[in-house]
Amino acid sequence: MVDSTRNNARRHALVTLAGAVAATIVPARAQQPGGAYKVAFVYVSPISDAGWTFQHDSGRREMEKALGGKVVAQFVENVPEGADAERVIRELAQAGNQLVFTTSFGYMNPTIKVAKSFPGTRFEHATGYKTDANVGVYNARFYEGRYLAGMVAGRMTKSNVAGYVAAFPIPEVVMGINAFTRGMRAVNPKAEMKVVWVNSWFDPGRERQAAETLVSQGADVLTHHTDSTAVVQAAEAKKVHAVAYHSDMSKYGPNAQITAVTHQWGAYYTQRVQDAIAGRWKPDNVWGGLRDGMIKMGPFGKTVPKDVQDLVNRTGADIVAGKFHPFTGPIKDNDGKERLAQGQVMPDDVLQKMDYYVEGVQGKLPK
Amino acid sequence: MEHVVDLVVLTLAAGTPLVYAALGELVVERSGVLNLGVEGMMLVGAVTAFITAVVTGSSWLAIAAGTLAGALLAVLFAVLTLSLMANQVAAGLALSLFGAGLSAFVGKPYVSRVIDALPSLQVPGLTDLPVLGRLVFGLNPLVYVSVLLLVAVQWFLYRTRAGLVLRAIGESPGSAHAIGYPVVRIRYAAVVFGGACAGLAGAYLAVAYTPLWVEGMTAGRGWIALALVVFATWKPGRVLAGAYLFGGVTLAQFQAQASGTEIPSQLLSMLPYVATIVVLAIISRDATSIRLNAPASLGKPFHPDR
Repeated sequence: MVDSTRNNARRHALVTLAGAVAATIVPARAQQPGGAYKVAFVYVSPISDAGWTFQHDSGRREMEKALGGKVVAQFVENVPEGADAERVIRELAQAGNQLVFTTSFGYMNPTIKVAKSFPGTRFEHATGYKTDANVGVYNARFYEGRYLAGMVAGRMTKSNVAGYVAAFPIPEVVMGINAFTRGMRAVNPKAEMKVVWVNSWFDPGRERQAAETLVSQGADVLTHHTDSTAVVQAAEAKKVHAVAYHSDMSKYGPNAQITAVTHQWGAYYTQRVQDAIAGRWKPDNVWGGLRDGMIKMGPFGKTVPKDVQDLVNRTGADIVAGKFHPFTGPIKDNDGKERLAQGQVMPDDVLQKMDYYVEGVQGKLPK
Repeated sequence: MEHVVDLVVLTLAAGTPLVYAALGELVVERSGVLNLGVEGMMLVGAVTAFITAVVTGSSWLAIAAGTLAGALLAVLFAVLTLSLMANQVAAGLALSLFGAGLSAFVGKPYVSRVIDALPSLQVPGLTDLPVLGRLVFGLNPLVYVSVLLLVAVQWFLYRTRAGLVLRAIGESPGSAHAIGYPVVRIRYAAVVFGGACAGLAGAYLAVAYTPLWVEGMTAGRGWIALALVVFATWKPGRVLAGAYLFGGVTLAQFQAQASGTEIPSQLLSMLPYVATIVVLAIISRDATSIRLNAPASLGKPFHPDR
């Protein structure tokens, strides 16, 4: 048994070696007519099996499946934001990839820089705001999902206190807290939100401590804007409800998870790669949402009543149809100051600069 | 009242890994050896425990495996510093880096696997008593074990002959050697004990506290344990107090946040280290109190033939 494994390993090594030799003899296979289109992805963390990067990688796999042999995709995971990112992106462009997706905010400047040296290569940067002749940006309206999740939470809470474990006080995260709170209070005006900042995207120990703290202060629904599964696991252990973020985490909290706000990049990646192959690709600034299928609500938990599910599905359909926007006035911040007048819809550029808590969130936003 | 009980239970849970790691390191340092590799040994203990839990499904087996893994890594350190006379500071730092890398490599296929956590104690009838029930009968089993370990270490160091010899070796290995005690062998034992404790601390994190494995999940707790030994001026009883204090710092900050009070988190996260520096400054003000506290031969290599 051991011997055969070792033989296999050796044979595998030989095949790899042969492949490497062949690759040097026949360079740039992808650039030959009829060859597969080469696409690359840069990920900020290990893929693991839940979280931000996992969802991007699921999108990549979905895209590869949809386009079959027309495309060859490669990825580099766990690339720190900074000097390393630039080196990795440059190498991927040099290796003949024709479309490179860089999937973290901190890759913005490296992507722009490398794009200038490779005018023939196309780049797409997630969550950034800088574009160029060959650089597009894309992001999703996660707040739409947050609002719907908040509605579920508002109906499920008994203590009328929800807890939010958050990473850093940037507009993206604040927007999520506010949308969740608005959704919650739309169905339950008595509900309040408590927020704990852990100052880290990924630190299971701190996330867990924060979650347990929130439960000890009366929260019976938890959600998070951090990358691990620790909050959902803590909710499961403490027998409270949880709304998962990024991925469906029902595996980690089979009883706790009442729903999840999941990121879905597959359709977008498929579309963009198809456009690129057909020569239709243009640098765009895409901010898609429920309507574009970039966000999907995870499965409802067993304990969520049918009428709540229906209400959430109806509101979701209204958002998709453009009949409803989660940030429709009147909006007051938690000091009582009016931020948006009755009946107005918050414009995107104002939304993206959000730096206050809405009514119903306790405490002060750290600056 | 329930709220206070919650806080105390959470603080005990957060302080427990520090109790284990710092008690182990305390015994090591009392024998005159400085092992800075606590963080690395904790990580290796954590990953070993987690993998064992995934494979066998048994929490207790996992904890045993994690403890053993920490001890094995400590043997490596002991061979380097006690037999091969390598510099203890350099070897300890190397051990920390090595442990971090090794655990990340070995644990990669197990990232985000799900295991059943070691459950907290449930004594029918007693755990449900108001207030005291959960404090006395509802903690994680490893929290009780850590307190027992403290009592054992205290008893060993101050009430047994072997403990006296260990402390003597820490003060003056030359004299201990001259009257016939096996200095190197006893230091080996101390270092291995320290490694086992660090491994157990890591196992507690991965199997009981946050039942998952990710790279670097100890998040600097090994370094806090090292600071804690100094903070406690090498006295086991103070380690316990310090561990709950240091463990509770993050928690206190989260509590403050959730109840709407503003304290900069960065300030609180540096508190353990500030406290350590203050204690160091106080005890090194005069030579006698240093001599009374720090083991005199700490960090100095000893070879019986020289």
